[in-house]
Amino acid sequence: MSEKKKKIAIIASKANLADAYPPFILASTAAAMDYEVSIFFTFFGLNLLKKKGLKKVKITPVGETAMPKPIPQIVGIIPGMTDIATTMMKNWMKKANVVSLEELRELSIEAGVKMIACQMTMDVMKVKKEELIDEIEVGGAATFLQFASEADITLYI
Amino acid sequence: MSENKVTTTLDVKGLNCPLPILKTKKAINEIKISENIKVIATDPGSVNDFQAWIESTGHELVESTEENGIFRYLIKKTK
Repeated sequence: MSEKKKKIAIIASKANLADAYPPFILASTAAAMDYEVSIFFTFFGLNLLKKKGLKKVKITPVGETAMPKPIPQIVGIIPGMTDIATTMMKNWMKKANVVSLEELRELSIEAGVKMIACQMTMDVMKVKKEELIDEIEVGGAATFLQFASEADITLYI
Repeated sequence: MSENKVTTTLDVKGLNCPLPILKTKKAINEIKISENIKVIATDPGSVNDFQAWIESTGHELVESTEENGIFRYLIKKTK
């Protein structure tokens, strides 16, 4: 009880399906392991904090040669293939009882994970604070570095 | 004499990483110190995950068994 809590600092910079899961999985688990957790959401990662942003999280078959059922690269450029690949992937995940991103984000918030939205990204992408979920803070590089300097684990995703 | 009375049973069969750990953490918050919780899981990764979780949180893994792909963990809340 008297021992200091471990800390983990995560940067979430991407918003495709494969990159959206790790920040939330690791953050929620770390919180369950009694870590103090902070995630800094920057660039495309900022989408993960938008109220409706998780719907935009997709998998792009072009360049992704390791799909469970491979899609020929040339087929990947056909309009609509991104949505089809995303639906396929989400179905496989559902069958494997993988939790949805929405639920995982909710569980992270509930567990006390601190989420920081990058102010600069908000300016560049013209994102208003109202578009983001309520449970966040807004900050910049210094905010993250201050926390990360005391962290036991730091991850860039 | 340690009392291994199960206070709560948590069924996480079928659930995948990281849900068994997240749900166990939630459930252990609900019980009192020195009470036990029994977790029933099917995720083979949970064997290592629960070991790591125990080491990190300091709770006690009283018993860990496996039978026909069903993993049972008896955990005592220590703090």
